[in-house]
Amino acid sequence: MPIYEIVFYLFSLVMLTGAVMVITVRNPVYAALSLVLTFFSAAAIWMLLEAEFLAIVLVVVYVGAVMVLFLFVVMMLDINVAPLKEGFIRYLPAGVLVALLMAAELLVVLWSKGRFEAGAYPIQAPNPEGFSNTKAVGEVLFNNYLLAFEVAGVILLVAIIAAVALTLRQRSGGHRQNPSLQVRVRPDERVRLVKMKPEPRQGS
Amino acid sequence: MPETFLDQLIYMFFLVLKIVAIVVPLILTVAYYTYMERKVIGYMQIRRGPNRIGPLGLAQPFADVFKLLLKEIVLPENANKFLFLLAPILSLAPAFAAWAVIPFDDWAILANIDAGVLYILAMSSLGVYGLIIAGWASNSKYAFLGALRSTAQMVSYELAMGFALVGVLILAGSMNLSEIVMAQKGGVFDWFWLPLLPLFGIYVISGLAETNRAPFDVAEGESEIVAGFHVEYAGSGFALFFLAEYANMILISALTALFFTGGWLSPFEGVPFLGDTILAEGSIFWFLAKTVVFMFIFLWVRATFPRYRYDQIMRLGWKVFIPITIVWVMVAAVISVFGLIVRGS
Repeated sequence: MPIYEIVFYLFSLVMLTGAVMVITVRNPVYAALSLVLTFFSAAAIWMLLEAEFLAIVLVVVYVGAVMVLFLFVVMMLDINVAPLKEGFIRYLPAGVLVALLMAAELLVVLWSKGRFEAGAYPIQAPNPEGFSNTKAVGEVLFNNYLLAFEVAGVILLVAIIAAVALTLRQRSGGHRQNPSLQVRVRPDERVRLVKMKPEPRQGS
Repeated sequence: MPETFLDQLIYMFFLVLKIVAIVVPLILTVAYYTYMERKVIGYMQIRRGPNRIGPLGLAQPFADVFKLLLKEIVLPENANKFLFLLAPILSLAPAFAAWAVIPFDDWAILANIDAGVLYILAMSSLGVYGLIIAGWASNSKYAFLGALRSTAQMVSYELAMGFALVGVLILAGSMNLSEIVMAQKGGVFDWFWLPLLPLFGIYVISGLAETNRAPFDVAEGESEIVAGFHVEYAGSGFALFFLAEYANMILISALTALFFTGGWLSPFEGVPFLGDTILAEGSIFWFLAKTVVFMFIFLWVRATFPRYRYDQIMRLGWKVFIPITIVWVMVAAVISVFGLIVRGS
């Protein structure tokens, strides 16, 4: 049994360290990389819960795609830290207010209904052999929650189209390439071969 | 799950032994893949390739390895030292880790997990970090431009590759790599290359782009940005990137063999005369032979095609490959729902 616990505490430790580093580290690139580390450790802990589909999808989507784009942006920004620190005292009351509000919300959730008492979530029996996580997720998603799933898909599609529509600018005077025209170019349209008689060299 | 602590230790010892049994041949394959590359391209360009060190130049890869390992490791003055040294490791580790779920034969697989295909996708998307961190940490314009180019390219072509795999998953009805191979049982025309021909082509071409190989190697276009993300690396750091790139090429070849050409299954299955002999038995040799064929295609393409322009690469990935794969996923769904092919017959 000890290996299970060792793995759990190891990844929990890495995950918490990563999460703390996201907000304490000065360098934004380090912060983004710490977030990657946090996601990855979370995926490993989900794996221990036998939720391998969710764990791997977390790695594919968040680590493999979202954070790469984040890193792109962060790496290309030339962030000057000093102006960001100005007005710390001025914004302090608002910050404290938001922090207190969030802490209060957390406490309400934690205290209500004894939800997080020991024994509220007994350790699940390991899944039987041949149990497919992916199949289980798929069956629930496409049988019980089909409508919700489709609606979520449509909302995402709307978001994609909106993002494209907001950023697309028709600029005048720009040069554009039409690949199909480029492919359809024929040599006799571009080059004119002229037959002529050889002429004597001039000036010699 | 073994019970006592001692049992677990013994279990882990054998696990490590199995990992070594995969990684050591893999590294040797990488070494001789570089030799094969130089020889193949040499003969395609009517010259002999390496032939000085050892008979037929066979000791050339080892000479290269020792040269690289004994070279000085140069740390650029303004580089971010920690990330600069971390990057090669981050690019090598996923390239090796992905091999854990590859079934070499019916019995020869390290981790026979149900989400094998997803695991492969996760590992290949992790490989991006090695490149992007290397490019940024070097604190060099060329390295950064190269890293941006190659990561944008990898993220784009991962989509086409993922969709191509969806077709395979629909026909196989499983994400377990062994079951995908067994679903193709029954002879050459039962392998998935035939019903999924467009996806097969797209997978091979996206594989070239995914590993940043010619003709998609703008990430290290010598004529524009010197050597891309690893300009600043020398010696063993460069050797690690090199190892990762070639391990990824071999991985893509092995995956193509598994997904589209029946893995360890024999092409002579169900053929008259030969179908009754030992040649029709599935074995690891068939798997390795198919992998080598695809590895050869990587080199063949490199020797044949000129480099793509960057905007053309992006156009090909987003506007050509992804629509085709989406359409063919529908076709695969129709094939599967109406039972036009029978799994594992």
